[in-house]
Amino acid sequence: MDWNFIIFSLVKLAIIVGVVQGLVAYSVLAERKISAWIQDRVGPNRCAPPFAKYIPVLGPLLTRWGMFQPLADGLKFMFKEDFTPAGVKKIYFFLAPAIAVIPAMLTVAVIPFGSVMGNQKMVLADLNVGILYTFGIVSMGVYGIVLAGYAANSKYPMFGGIRSSAQMISYEIAMGMSVIPVLLIVGNLNLGKIISWQADHGWLVMYAPIAFVIFMVSSFAETNRTPFDLPEAETELVGGYHTEYGSMKFALFFLAEYSNMVSSSAMMVTLFFGGWTLPFWGLDHAATSLGMGIAHILVFLVKMLFFMVVFIWVRWMFPRFRYDQLMDLGWRTFLPLALVNILITALWLWMRS
Amino acid sequence: MEQINNLLSASNVTDVLFYVFAALTLLCAVLVVANPFSRNPVTSAMFLVLTIISMSGLFLLLHAFFLAAVQILVYAGAVMVLFLFVIMLLDLKEEQRRRIKFFGLAAGLVSVGIVVSIFVKALASVKTDAAPPTLEGETYALGKLLFTQYTLPFEIVSVLLLVAMVGVILLSKKKLE
Repeated sequence: MDWNFIIFSLVKLAIIVGVVQGLVAYSVLAERKISAWIQDRVGPNRCAPPFAKYIPVLGPLLTRWGMFQPLADGLKFMFKEDFTPAGVKKIYFFLAPAIAVIPAMLTVAVIPFGSVMGNQKMVLADLNVGILYTFGIVSMGVYGIVLAGYAANSKYPMFGGIRSSAQMISYEIAMGMSVIPVLLIVGNLNLGKIISWQADHGWLVMYAPIAFVIFMVSSFAETNRTPFDLPEAETELVGGYHTEYGSMKFALFFLAEYSNMVSSSAMMVTLFFGGWTLPFWGLDHAATSLGMGIAHILVFLVKMLFFMVVFIWVRWMFPRFRYDQLMDLGWRTFLPLALVNILITALWLWMRS
Repeated sequence: MEQINNLLSASNVTDVLFYVFAALTLLCAVLVVANPFSRNPVTSAMFLVLTIISMSGLFLLLHAFFLAAVQILVYAGAVMVLFLFVIMLLDLKEEQRRRIKFFGLAAGLVSVGIVVSIFVKALASVKTDAAPPTLEGETYALGKLLFTQYTLPFEIVSVLLLVAMVGVILLSKKKLE
């Protein structure tokens, strides 16, 4: 076995997990700040460690931006009492948060977040079936929510769990169907190959705009975010599937939701917006120098952050769907639209060949 | 260092992983139907999910990445979620109280015997010197085979599924009237 490969993979793994966790922590802050801005409030601006006020200029500024808030949130989650309600199904109650987090963390493994640095490809696992892997892992994420709802042994979490399983299955189909035009055009399931195709021919969002719209809306539904956050609709289900959870176990569900957001943004960038490529400044081919490699990673991160802001923005701009409207949209609008889109793409490719 | 390197050589790891996944598959499969600790249908369903995942591990070791991914995507990700969905709508208490019936046990054992005899026959006819599976482009090759050599079985299976779907819709509609 190649030791070089093992060491580099471990390093990449550590960096990816670290970056995703950091992104999750600060996207929670971004969510609070952006929601505050949309609702004409200030948002978190007080939280600071004691030494912050001794740093000139930067200290108060960071405090006002709420940069220390995620730290405080994390500490709070860890030091809260880990309460287990009576009558819950213990094993599932403990397993469910873990089952929710693991798939959320696994999806980023196949996403190429940069071209090359030295002779290392900037992707953890360069799978030939990258897209299918992502869909498979994403579809496992529902178990955490369903089991949480089941384990809580109470009505509202149960409703949340059932709603979420129905919702996830419905939108998974639309989501899977929506990327088929992309696969038809590129002719490959490998995410790296899809990006290099886009570098040569232009971003896929221009070839398959309908596919992109369906994919984006479906990923909103898959991550259980407004306007599709019926599994955790506060006004009708108390807190939904995580009603009975507290402290770190609750934080794990939070972590799963935001990691899912990170990975779906990354998927959107990879599939439709050229991944780490930019059509100008010579950034459209694999890097030859270290600086170029870093630039590619930055391009990818900026594109991804854009979509995460869109996720947050949509959450605070639109009201929640009614459940029948949600099912209607998934089955009667998106599925037929995606099928017609496949047909049109196939016909177009056939006419051209 | 040399010894560790030898131990970690590719074929060795594959062998060890095969036994790990095979054992996991069998263990979880047994726990689906005969769990001594719990008669809970949700537990059975979750062990079935684990069985499917370890089976896709076995597919991976055969370099059948496409099959492994589809196995997880379709069975673990969609079919089993539907199972859980239905189980959660049932009265689980009654299901847990139910005892194993003698007739059911006997019928189960007979069908296990039949399946095992089929497998033994199939295994006996396997050629051991077959070429190792190819790694690159196997999704493409699989698609091509499905639409050329195996078109008829493929279409018949889809028609079968269609019939099942129409049947379900018919049955559920009848109740409403």
